[in-house]
This record gives sequence, C-alpha cells and structure tokens, in this order.
Amino acid sequence: MAKTKAKPAKTKAEQSSHGPASQTTIPHFLVHDREDNVGVVVIEGLEAGTAMLGVITADNSDLNVAANHDIPIGHKVALTDFKKGDTVMKYGVDIGKIIKAAKKGDHIHTHNLKTKRW
Amino acid sequence: MAKATTAKRTTRKAANAAPKRNGKAVSYDFDFMGYRRENGRVGVRNHVIILPVDDISNAACEAVGNNIKGTLAIPHSYGRLQFGADLELHFRTLIGTGANPNVAAVIVIGIEPGWTKVITDGIAATGKPVTGFSIEQNGDLKTIMDASRTAKEYVHWATELQREPCSVDDLWVSTKCGESDTTTGLGSCPTVGNMYDKLVPRGIYGVFGETSEITGAEHICEARAASKAVGKKFMKTFQAYQDEVIEPHKTSDLSDSQPTKGNIEGGLSTIEEKALGNLEKIGRECRYIDVLEPAETPAKGAGLYYMDTSSAAAECVTLMAAGGYAIHTFPTGQGNVVGNPIVPVIKITANPRTVRTMPEHVDVDVSGILRREMTLDDAGDALIDMIRRTANGRNTAAEALGHREFVMTKLYRSA
Repeated sequence: MAKTKAKPAKTKAEQSSHGPASQTTIPHFLVHDREDNVGVVVIEGLEAGTAMLGVITADNSDLNVAANHDIPIGHKVALTDFKKGDTVMKYGVDIGKIIKAAKKGDHIHTHNLKTKRW
Repeated sequence: MAKATTAKRTTRKAANAAPKRNGKAVSYDFDFMGYRRENGRVGVRNHVIILPVDDISNAACEAVGNNIKGTLAIPHSYGRLQFGADLELHFRTLIGTGANPNVAAVIVIGIEPGWTKVITDGIAATGKPVTGFSIEQNGDLKTIMDASRTAKEYVHWATELQREPCSVDDLWVSTKCGESDTTTGLGSCPTVGNMYDKLVPRGIYGVFGETSEITGAEHICEARAASKAVGKKFMKTFQAYQDEVIEPHKTSDLSDSQPTKGNIEGGLSTIEEKALGNLEKIGRECRYIDVLEPAETPAKGAGLYYMDTSSAAAECVTLMAAGGYAIHTFPTGQGNVVGNPIVPVIKITANPRTVRTMPEHVDVDVSGILRREMTLDDAGDALIDMIRRTANGRNTAAEALGHREFVMTKLYRSA
C-alpha cells in the first residue's frame, strides 16, 4: 500500500458524463468508486466492440465505454488511456501500476497491471 | 491516502433503522430456537463428537463413530512431538472444538493419558459431558469398546435435549471468503459487511481474519480498529506474519500465490485488489475491538474481532470454530466448496456463472447485485434471513453435501 497520494492517470469524472442509472437496464460493467479508473465486467460473454453501459455503485451514476477486447466476467476494463507506470485505482484506492500501456476500453489484468509491492 | 479513503467510505450509512424489504418489515432483533449449553453459550447444532488427540488415534475414533450412530469422528493429521507455541495452538484448537456450543458432548481418544487429560479437562471446564480414553496398555479394541459404550450414553442424552428460544445476541457469526474474484468485492463480501453492520449493534459476536490476505490493505484494516491500541496490536500481528512467515520462506514474490490461480481466473490482478475486496466483509460501520490469537476465544464482550489466521479456507474456519463461533458466513466468487464438521458454513455468491455451474453449493444467491436488481441492503437482509434459518436448524449446502473439512494449523515442524 503506497503511503503517498497516488495519482490516477485520469479520473473517470474527467472523461464521461453521469446521469442516474436506469433501474431496468442491466449494466455491462460496474465501478466501485468515482475515483476509479477501471471497471469490472459483470456479464458473461462480453465481446469486443460492445457499447457498454457501466454503473458507479457509489452513487448509481452511469457511463458508456466501448470494449476493445472480449472481456470475461469479473475482469477489468480500462475507463481511461493508461501509460506505463500509471496507477490503477479501484475502491478509490491504489491497487497497482500499469506495466504495459493500455487504451480506454482495453482488458486490464495481470498482463498489464502489477502490484507495486514486489 | 488510506486513511482519507476509509473516512470517506465509512460515511455511507447502513440503513438499519426500521428496515423494509418489498414492503415487508425485516427484524434484526429476531429470536431463534437453539441449544443453550451448561456455560450459557448457545449452539445451533447438537453434535456428539469423537475427538482424537493425535493422528494415530484417528482409527479408534472412526471406529467409535462407525459403531455409534449419531456421533461424528473428527480425524486430523497432527498431535505428536509438537512443542512450544505450536503445541499450545494444537491444544487450544482441540479444546475449543470440543467446547464449541454446537457440540453437546465429547469423547476424547489419545495414544497416552497425559495429553488426553489436558484436552478432556479443557473441554470439561464448559460443564458439558466429556470423557477421555487412552490407547496404551488397552489397545485399539478395548479402547473402542469402552469409548463406544460411553458415546452411546451421550447420544441417548444429547438426543433428548430440546431447542429453546434464544435471541439474536446469543449468536456468534464468523466470516472468511474463498476462491475470491472481483464479484466477491462487488457483491458477496459487502453482503457480509452489511450483515455485520446490522447485527453487531444487536449484540452478536463477529470475527474476520486472513492475515495474508489483508496484505495490500493493512493500513485500511488498522484504521478500522476501535482504538489506536487495538490498531497497533493488529499491525504487530501483521508485521510478525511478514517477518516470520513471508520473508524467510518466499521464493521470488507472492505473485503466483497471491492472488491465486483461481483469483486470477476470476479477474483479480493484484494482492491489493484482493485485499480490498476481502475487507468489504467488515462493512462500513463496524470497528474490531480486539485482535485474537489463532483459535483464541474472545473475552471483551460482544462485537467484531480480528483473528490471526491463515487464509486457507478449512484452516481458517477450523480456528474460528475453535474460538467458539457457531455459524460461518462464506462469500465465494469462483466457488469454494468448504464446510466444517461442527459449524454450518453458509455460502454466498454474487457470481452468476458460479450460480449457474455450481448451484448445489450456494445458500444465498446475491448475483442480483451485479444486475442492479438487488441492493446491498436487500442482500444483507437475505443473508440475515439465512442466518436465522440456519440457526433454527436448516442444513447448509456444505452440510447436505457432507463437507466436514477439519484442518489444524501448524506453526512449525514437530520435534
């Protein structure tokens, strides 16, 4: 856990507008916190090119991101462009650093994200 | 940063005043029918167990368990040539298992009388029926016959015990998650947290642990202590684990085992991400009031406790059961199937694939959280309802499927 204030590459709030999520539409991905720069895919069989609806669970606001890859359920999607060394934020907290640049809509996992601890 | 985040996160209130779900009031001050034991503790099961002191007494215990229907032998792998803190933990775990209020009466069998008496006397302090038998100078066959006669009497006695009305503040509810993925952090772990936020103020005892899986969120965990002193005690435990276990034994880094292969399959990329999801189990409001040794019984009254445990499911549930907890809540993502011989383990999952592929293991399906069809409050209420039903006697999925994993934690190799 880094003790210094980590800088996310770009906060989600900077790059999309928010509105109340529709209660009847099932989201493709969920985001824990407004400060997060990744979301979690919550449907099975998500395919590249899907115009995804996401919901930020902290305030029930929504956002849209196009998926660049097939992303399995439970796996993360980038909500912003990342360059090497950028901090990934989830739960509003630093969860590691980008080790390979990624675009908004890309699959984020162990191939491009690693703990700062080791 | 960790501190600021915690402060912000804890401002979200759990709605626990006059709760309503689907227009129906949900009571968190519920009563249930339980077994009140000699020492005042309340059990939700009524087991007569046959407990080996050591590995070489397993055969005799299993023979007694086979002879006398309604008893349950609990074999395990250790108990010879242990010493120091490791031996103390062995004794504490076995005594705690026998003392657990889900157990009505106990037969203890060991190879020799000395350590057998340590375990028997420890359990007898609760006031419940317990008798020890040792094998040396008797042999397995005479021991099995003598122990079977006593076990039969215990079964007659225990099966006449009646459940009686008990209240929510008689419940001790533990938690530990397993085969985590990102859905546990989004759904099943915060469901347990929501339950604790609602029931800890009603006087239940809670406990969480998993020292290795707090790694990455240790400062957030420290900040959730009820006082600075308790937070320091946690950090001391955490640091001892890093210094005594991780540093001497690690090979490169822990990236291959934390997160585990199953965690990675489920989408977790880093140990921090796993730890943050894990900590969702303690909700928004709860503060832990003490840090327990493995298998230690809490002594500071009702409230949430931290216990220093392994993150391996069966080891952790075994230690919490030995600490006296009577019901376990187990959030899972990819589908851990663990159970315990004496404590009902309630499985909660938010992963729709796990609900679809492993439905027989799921007690509480909260996958609706992911579809935004279910709020966290609804999910917490559903878990509380399942806790009440389990306390009243409903067998969990793990019980019905025969999961009885009982695994002793060993601190170092025997002499």
